Amino acid sequence: MGWFKRLKDGIQTATQHKKEAPDGLWYKCKHCGETSTMKEMRENYLKCPKCNYHTRIGSHDYFDLIFDGKYTELFLELKSKDFLNFKDLKTYEDRLKSANKKTDLPDAISVAHGKVRKRPVVIAAMDFSYIGGSMGSVVGEKIARAIDFAEENRMPLLLISKSGGARMMESAFSLMQMAKTSARLARMAKAGVPYFSMMTDPTTGGVTASFAMLGDLNFAEPEALIGFAGPRVIKETIKKDLPEGFQTSEFLLEHGFLDFIVDRADIKEKIGDILLLFSNAEANA
Amino acid sequence: MVFLDFEKPLEVLYEQLEKIQQVGEQGEVDVSATIKELENKIKQTRKELYNDLSGWQRVQLSRHPERPYTLYYIEQMCRKFVELHGDRYFADDKAIVGGIGSLDGQSVVFVGHQKGVNTKMRQYRNFGMANPEGYRKALRLMKLAERFNFPVVCLVDTPGAFPGIEAEERGQAEAIARNMFEMAQLRVPIVVTVIGEGASGGAIGIGLGDSVYMMENTWYSVISPESCSSILWRSWDYKEQAAEQLKLTAEHMTDFGIVDGIIKEPLGGAHTAPDEAAKILKRHLKKEIAELQKMTPEERIERRLEKFGSIGQYDVLESEAEATAKAK
Ligand SMILES: [Zn+2]
Repeated sequence: MGWFKRLKDGIQTATQHKKEAPDGLWYKCKHCGETSTMKEMRENYLKCPKCNYHTRIGSHDYFDLIFDGKYTELFLELKSKDFLNFKDLKTYEDRLKSANKKTDLPDAISVAHGKVRKRPVVIAAMDFSYIGGSMGSVVGEKIARAIDFAEENRMPLLLISKSGGARMMESAFSLMQMAKTSARLARMAKAGVPYFSMMTDPTTGGVTASFAMLGDLNFAEPEALIGFAGPRVIKETIKKDLPEGFQTSEFLLEHGFLDFIVDRADIKEKIGDILLLFSNAEANA
Repeated sequence: MVFLDFEKPLEVLYEQLEKIQQVGEQGEVDVSATIKELENKIKQTRKELYNDLSGWQRVQLSRHPERPYTLYYIEQMCRKFVELHGDRYFADDKAIVGGIGSLDGQSVVFVGHQKGVNTKMRQYRNFGMANPEGYRKALRLMKLAERFNFPVVCLVDTPGAFPGIEAEERGQAEAIARNMFEMAQLRVPIVVTVIGEGASGGAIGIGLGDSVYMMENTWYSVISPESCSSILWRSWDYKEQAAEQLKLTAEHMTDFGIVDGIIKEPLGGAHTAPDEAAKILKRHLKKEIAELQKMTPEERIERRLEKFGSIGQYDVLESEAEATAKAK
């Protein structure tokens, strides 16, 4: 049971997926520098109460926030492995081990189905805490299976991206997950099952350049970093400073790549509205 | 002639050959035997050097400044070719070219990354790094092909999609994603060949096809060895190691089942005999197109989905699999 749920029910239990800071602990906002207590943060959807900065939260936080109560997780059986024996300063195997230990997550994405305002939906949400939310074979396969599941059951799919891009340690296999997920989404689109893509901070690289940009609706949390190339790479390439607000959600909205921006406090209501509006959607191919 | 660092022994032999030829031209001594011997030595040395190339050496060859590029191949392969420009929304990208050509009577839509052949042209072509309008031009041409039932040939040769302010403003990510989405359902055959560099999203943005081959001295990876070195090793100095770790050669990619096979190049690389390389490529394309034309559009689309859908390696935990089955 996650913190949103506890907030509603007023109960205190340890969550399965991370060690949470006690209420009395102080949080210093990396955006505005102000401090708040963890209790204040939790009561504000883990956004900074002073400047509304949306901190990075995990897949299960989103599940708790969006689903009506309980949900069922899918595809927990898929686990990454170091099949290329990739070694840089560390081995990939060690990176996987320490990510498993640090996060208790299956990989950089979790998939679940449940209901939102009584309507069924599949939600796939990424975890930045797991190797930077990077997409390797498991992330690609879980998305592919989430699409299959949504299509078979004719449930809309919401995919919440939070990723640095493709996972280098799986080389071309990671790259090909872009093609794999995009191809699968094209099939689902033809079948007339709605796909909603929500981008959160950060969404970059191969994730942005595949499923994240392919929603029937694309939207984002405020002030998230969203782009193809990382800002550092762009700066080094063009040898110029980047404009204020470059690659933020607001920048993307302005340039026509997002349908809207949604505050974390309003996500559930917004998803509920969208599901209602799409509830009589049908294939017209 | 441009020699790569690992071709040093060849360079020395060529210098010797040139000197002997000059002596021969003065006509006082008969050097024909020495020339013959040197030429044999060059052949032998080339064979040895190219017998077992490292990942990094393949990367170097793929970037050889004299290597043939997309437009060269098209011009060699097609009796008629009409280049087509522009994405119809914003501009004409110079780093991705395209048009309709005739491969021995079969009209084909070509799209491909294009690098420049000299310093000025390299700038003009933006070093083969496309902006969103390049990907959108490619898609427009593929849709044109679909309308008139022409097969599509994609020639991949890019160090990556361009990382720039305007590229982001105009939706580099969306353009690449949209291409894969549309290519997955395109009703005509798509034949993809990596003819040089196959870097990341910039490559896969025109890389989703029914048949995907790599020429012998090319590479395909999620990231260039240099960038990989700078991120994972936190230094630019580990590009050779990164190239090895990424397992990016045509041989690796074929073994992985990610690409369908390797197209042989003339010994020493495509740049040593570009016309021959073009002949080999043409033979390959014609064969692939003919094979794919035997299938229905539905069969090809299904196969494409299956081909890319099956790429990935992971463990499956039995106990959890049962849990999922129950949850479903
Ligand atoms: Zn703040």
